[in-house]
Amino acid sequence: MRSRLTPALGLAVALAGLLALAAASLFIGVGRVGLADLLGGAEGSHAAMLLAVSRIPRTLAVMLAGAAMGIAAVIMQMLFRNRFVEPTTSGTVEAASLGLVTVALLAPDLPLAGKMAVAASFSLAATFLFLRLVERIPARSVLLVPLAGLMLGGVIDAAATFLAYRHDLLQSLASWTNGDFSGVLRGRYELLWVGFALAALAYLAADRFTVAGMGDAFTANLGLDYRRIVAFGLVVVSMVTAASVVTVGTVPFLGLIVANLVSMAMGDNLRRSLPWIAISGAAFLLACDMAGRLIRYPYEIPVGTVVGVLGSAVFLFLLLRREARLG
Amino acid sequence: MADAVVATGQRRNARPALALALLACAAVAACAAFMTVGVRGDWSFVLPFRAAKLAGLVLVGVAIAVSTVLFQTLTQNRILSPAIMGFDALYVAIQTALVFVLGARELSGFDPRLRFLFEAGAMIAASMLLFRWLIVHRGRSLHLMVLAGVVFGVLFRSLSSMLQRILDPNEFSVLQDLLFASFNSVDTALLGVSAAIIVVVCAVAWRMAEALDVMALGRETAIGLGLDHRRMVDALLLMIAVLVSVSTALVGPVTFFGLLVANLAYTFAGTGRHRVTLPAAAFVAVVALVGGQTVLERAFGMDTALSVIIEFVGGIVFILLLLRGNWR
Repeated sequence: MRSRLTPALGLAVALAGLLALAAASLFIGVGRVGLADLLGGAEGSHAAMLLAVSRIPRTLAVMLAGAAMGIAAVIMQMLFRNRFVEPTTSGTVEAASLGLVTVALLAPDLPLAGKMAVAASFSLAATFLFLRLVERIPARSVLLVPLAGLMLGGVIDAAATFLAYRHDLLQSLASWTNGDFSGVLRGRYELLWVGFALAALAYLAADRFTVAGMGDAFTANLGLDYRRIVAFGLVVVSMVTAASVVTVGTVPFLGLIVANLVSMAMGDNLRRSLPWIAISGAAFLLACDMAGRLIRYPYEIPVGTVVGVLGSAVFLFLLLRREARLG
Repeated sequence: MADAVVATGQRRNARPALALALLACAAVAACAAFMTVGVRGDWSFVLPFRAAKLAGLVLVGVAIAVSTVLFQTLTQNRILSPAIMGFDALYVAIQTALVFVLGARELSGFDPRLRFLFEAGAMIAASMLLFRWLIVHRGRSLHLMVLAGVVFGVLFRSLSSMLQRILDPNEFSVLQDLLFASFNSVDTALLGVSAAIIVVVCAVAWRMAEALDVMALGRETAIGLGLDHRRMVDALLLMIAVLVSVSTALVGPVTFFGLLVANLAYTFAGTGRHRVTLPAAAFVAVVALVGGQTVLERAFGMDTALSVIIEFVGGIVFILLLLRGNWR
């Protein structure tokens, strides 16, 4: 039995839940941060420093990344008109790490923003290639699209691995391919704000994405430029992906799951569902990150691994459930 | 229809035999090159050293090739292989789970052959349960099966890496190197037992070849022709699980190799008869693996890149097969 909440109230409750989770996240970790220390201690106390340099940036980074990944995934699902497409099932993420390997080889001194720009352009190119590929798949089978995307990702990944192997960069590559927030400190995650800002910008165009999700003919009928919507969406997706790969690495299937679960609950009107997707993406990733910190305390399990287990389990559930419903 | 089969069989009789002979020669040549090219110094040291490595590569090639052809017959399509469906990842997950339950120290005192037999047993049980369910009950939609298999692969890989990290967060990568084989550290302790297993499974597959030909016609037709389809599915899954256990225990997971090899073999052989395709695939696998390793090692001085190159080429071939749409 679901209680009847007005949309705004529901969102407020969800946001409060997310904030509570974030508050809990501040107190999980090896260094002890007690409430009493914070309240009683002086301004420059150890606990306050720990909080400002490590815990708050980390919690913020997780939430920003989770929200942005969720939004990026749902935009891709609309543009590709396929529930199973997201940056990790389309070669977008792998292209970003290929871009980073290329930067490390050719221009290792580039500032972080420059690295992100290169990674984003690689992602954009790969996503565009994937779009072309999908158009050529016969009969546009729903399941063939993510399959081709996963394989495209595998090919790009093999190219990146080969380059990295030849030039002794395998370790750096591993840090880009497995999502991990343990290295996040103040000063090292701020690019995620850029990704999040872009994702928030996408909210302004939410209605356009909803329309684009109904196809190019329908979009043209309403007097909108389908190609421009697609181009804008792909740019947002690539920038968000590049920002998160540069700072924290890849998190498999996160956006896919969040977007699917939210759309099951409230449909595909993006103006209504985007805030929910952002909040649940942030909450899901934060919960996984906290779990990763607690399972093997005082060590950490990277969030990419935790989400890999949970995410693929939910993905399988979505896949097989769908089949059961179709008979 | 039977007449037509016999007629085409007779007309094409020469080609498969010729193809097989050529492939066999190429395989022997690749092995000879691997053993002899670039030997410096003492032959009596080099030959046994290389022979062990060669034996590993040949065994792995044959295991992957035969398991892929059997799997493609079982599922009646040409874009699937056990590795794509997550069999390899399942085996690694079982290996990890075993380390997790028994502890790394206890296991390193174990006879590796005993450990392997134990793991293979668990693998057979797990894959019979999981893939039987996936293939038999969900098998009507090919795409669903593949996608689910791929995602199962991700799940098993993430589970393994999670367990490995829980086990020993500090020496995660050391543990990985120590307990799990890879292309450049072939587990030589298992060569004898692997060879025995592969010979037995291949002999069984050879004896079943005609039943396999019938099975390739499709489930309904096969049952109509008097084949016990359920038993065949069980037998094939069992054989595939054993072969995948062998190859993964020796060199670790290789995703696309089987797919490449099987499809090349069909093209060369020009027939679907298993008496031809099974050995053809095995020969192609040996040529690709041993020949590729020889070229990379001796000509380019790269010894770990082979699996990466296979992934690259294999992924592209897979996408092309998807686009051409002739996966049946």
